[in-house]
Amino acid sequence: MSKQTILQVENLKVSFDVSSEGDMPWTKPKKLQAVNDISFTLNSGETLGIVGESGCGKSTLARAIVKMVPAEAGKVLWLGNDLLSLSNSETRQYRKQIQMIFQDPLASLNPRMNIGEIIAEPLRTHYPKTAESDVQSRVSDVMNKVGLLDNLVNRYPHEFSGGQCQRIGIARALILKPKLIICDEPVSALDVSIQAQVVNLLMDLQQEMDLALIFIAHDLSVVKHISTKIMVLYLGNMVELANSNEIYQYPRHPYTQALISAVPIPDPSIEKNKELILIEGDLPSPINPPSGCVFRTRCHKAQEICSIEKPEFIESSSSHSVACHFSD
Amino acid sequence: MAQNLSESGAGRSLWKDARLRFIQNKAATLSLFILILIVSFSFVGPYFAVWSYEQIDWNAMGSAARVGMPSIESGHYFGTDDLGRDLYSRVIQGTQISLMVGVLGASVAVIVGTLYGATSGYLGGKTDQIMMRIVDILMSIPYMFVLILLLVVFGRSIGMLFIGIGLLSWLDMSRIVRGQTLNLKNKEFIEAAKVTGVSDFKIITRHIVPNLLGIVAVYATLLVPGIILAESFISFLGLGVQEPSTSWGALIKEGAGTISYDTEWQLLFPLAFFVVSLFCFYFIGDGLRDALDPKER
Amino acid sequence: MSLLEVSNLKVRFETADGEVNAVNNVNFSLDEGKILAIVGESGSGKSQTVFAMTGLLDHNGYATGSVKFQGEEILNLSNKQLNKIRAEKIAMIFQDPMTSLNPYVRVSDQMTEVLVHHQGLSKSDALKQSISMLDAVRIPDASNRIRMYPHEFSGGMRQRVMIAMSLLCRPKLLIADEPTTALDVTVQAQIMQLLADLQKDFGMSIILITHDLGVVAGNSDDMLVMYGGEIMEIGKTESLYSKPTHPYTQGLMSAVPRLNDSEERLITIPGNPPNMMKPPEGCPFSPRCNYSNDKCSNVSPILSSVNKSGHYRACHVEVERIV
Repeated sequence: MSKQTILQVENLKVSFDVSSEGDMPWTKPKKLQAVNDISFTLNSGETLGIVGESGCGKSTLARAIVKMVPAEAGKVLWLGNDLLSLSNSETRQYRKQIQMIFQDPLASLNPRMNIGEIIAEPLRTHYPKTAESDVQSRVSDVMNKVGLLDNLVNRYPHEFSGGQCQRIGIARALILKPKLIICDEPVSALDVSIQAQVVNLLMDLQQEMDLALIFIAHDLSVVKHISTKIMVLYLGNMVELANSNEIYQYPRHPYTQALISAVPIPDPSIEKNKELILIEGDLPSPINPPSGCVFRTRCHKAQEICSIEKPEFIESSSSHSVACHFSD
Repeated sequence: MAQNLSESGAGRSLWKDARLRFIQNKAATLSLFILILIVSFSFVGPYFAVWSYEQIDWNAMGSAARVGMPSIESGHYFGTDDLGRDLYSRVIQGTQISLMVGVLGASVAVIVGTLYGATSGYLGGKTDQIMMRIVDILMSIPYMFVLILLLVVFGRSIGMLFIGIGLLSWLDMSRIVRGQTLNLKNKEFIEAAKVTGVSDFKIITRHIVPNLLGIVAVYATLLVPGIILAESFISFLGLGVQEPSTSWGALIKEGAGTISYDTEWQLLFPLAFFVVSLFCFYFIGDGLRDALDPKER
Repeated sequence: MSLLEVSNLKVRFETADGEVNAVNNVNFSLDEGKILAIVGESGSGKSQTVFAMTGLLDHNGYATGSVKFQGEEILNLSNKQLNKIRAEKIAMIFQDPMTSLNPYVRVSDQMTEVLVHHQGLSKSDALKQSISMLDAVRIPDASNRIRMYPHEFSGGMRQRVMIAMSLLCRPKLLIADEPTTALDVTVQAQIMQLLADLQKDFGMSIILITHDLGVVAGNSDDMLVMYGGEIMEIGKTESLYSKPTHPYTQGLMSAVPRLNDSEERLITIPGNPPNMMKPPEGCPFSPRCNYSNDKCSNVSPILSSVNKSGHYRACHVEVERIV
């Protein structure tokens, strides 16, 4: 299949108004910049991994793309159409093509519906005239695809394990044959052996259905395994974007370097002799981010220019971009 | 914990689990049984009655203390009141009226309150603020005062009683439902429905309301006694159902008034029904709450 | 004599649906100054093992067997007796520091309480020691920060406060139950580094419970792998990583995605974690094991030694077939 650009995000910004406790009702709320000027493209069949730690804005970014939270500025071009400029009813037709799976497998399923109904819901919502027998057979098909026995259709979510619930969520996302699935920390709540099953499943489905994935996680090892390219976020800003192998072997941003160094490798001989790049200090408040480069307060390379001028996100070689005055 | 799911078949829904837990609660099940008995009594009882509820037994009139005692031979199983009317039939009548007002009033409150609260909670923002402020304002109006006013202006009737009580009791329910909705709104399965493109209306009816039913059921069973009490108070004031129709409250009022004349049965029978029914509703409500506890496995 | 010797530890719970055997036949020992990692997934019983040791089981939990700390039996002691051991000899830190600290009480009060109660210090002495302990766990500006409330600290800071609190009485053994699971990876690296440094400074032993094989690799001398309430394999960390002799350990090592390698597919362990209500007969791992035979599903394997340096495994299948 030829690589076609399906998603193009341009200069996306999301902010929230927050009031502190003890404020008077008329006090102007402060602005929390959750996502600050993010741009990237995604082709069909590709996986974009988004990594970052708490407060980096990765979940907000995902939700802004599917219009679950309002964007302050920027464009989300899906097959050329800017989703952000469309009305709710106009956006609805695109919802068939972009689906989402969530972190808590059990909480993402309505406890009062059986899994047959849960999986069928997207189909019934967008194609209400589908005959009941067709609905049933499509539900069966997609359940088999994700490795669930179809005689389980009448069971309820709480009767399944975490890994099985996540498969149900994936089945629900697949039934409309979408082009993109956004995965928000889909394996963080699962055991290691089950994580591996779900990751493999996603990769198989991706190949089979030419599916694009946006995979958000804090576990860099899992992200690297499944992603074609990886974006690193810090406090709502993009700091680095590159192919997954490249970002592991040649990380150029100090934060990415520290992040990779911090990931524990399951190999005692490597771990015990590792040179750890420790970042000291705490995450700054997103309401009052540092001037210039947001990472400068914890960066061992920070100089005066870092507090004055925010570094631009520059593409260096073969689709490897960094935002740093002193990148390697 | 996942069971062995290799067998097919119907799943074990949360309602089934709740039913099992409810049955295990002895107090609640007993109360349910007693309540069913009382309700059946109000349907079946009239077939055993000798006198109707408004018929006057001229023998007993004015001399209830001497002649109007409960007895099987005279046909006055529960005795008579001061006017010589058969208390057995009047208690049946009172049971019918009071339970009807309670249950139907609670139903109105539940339906209106749930829809209002769920919509307000789900829509959020300014709409929610305005809707809840309206509720606040309505709640601050002295309830009894308004009810009495309505009854005086529009005349005393059962219908007016329903409307008055039902329309004012939905306020609490709407607050409770709104709170639960706010809680549910942030759950991931609601997000999933939104991303899929399910309409707001379907989200409220298919996803939010079924998950509210637990709380609603509990509070509804606690609302019924509250409404019965309100109606009884109104009747006690003399503004309740019109004679010769009667309710527990009216009967208790009459019975209390004659208590010094050695006619205890006039108070004790309606009071017993009243108290036992209320206790049953409270135990059932309690049992429902335990059975539907969200801390399920 | 080992610092800690656990023999035949069994934990069962009585629930409305029947009896759950959470832990079966756990045997291990820990020497002074060593770090033991206990690894397992959901239902493995790793947390219940240490809860049983420290008397923290739920009221419907029953522990049998023997737990000897410095030669003395501590299993099933009364709360009063256990309280003398807790904090002074054995300290514990948990996964979520927010719920381990009382949100209504200042950190200073929570810390000084430990010293006043266990070591009879005066309040001012206790405060001095608490501040110096906060310095030791690298909390900046400790003397001012100590007067704050828990919610005013970040997640990583709170975990440091927990560590500081647990070390106030210089315990011989620190049990850390998933101490970094809820933290970001860079914060995790800081905390694990801190624990390693403190371990050297204070000379204490650590039992580290986790499911993260990367954390185990860098921070333990020995490791114990649990599944379905039983020990599958136990030995030196290096040995288990380089040559796992149990199918489950092998499976885990293959299923973990590694940053430093580019396998196309992760090798998974098929099936689901065990249902502890109806545990399988025989070896708990047999339903998911590639090597299992009839004996495996009927007879529970016992720990047998693999070599002379304390490496044991519980498996019926010969080592040669697995390695």
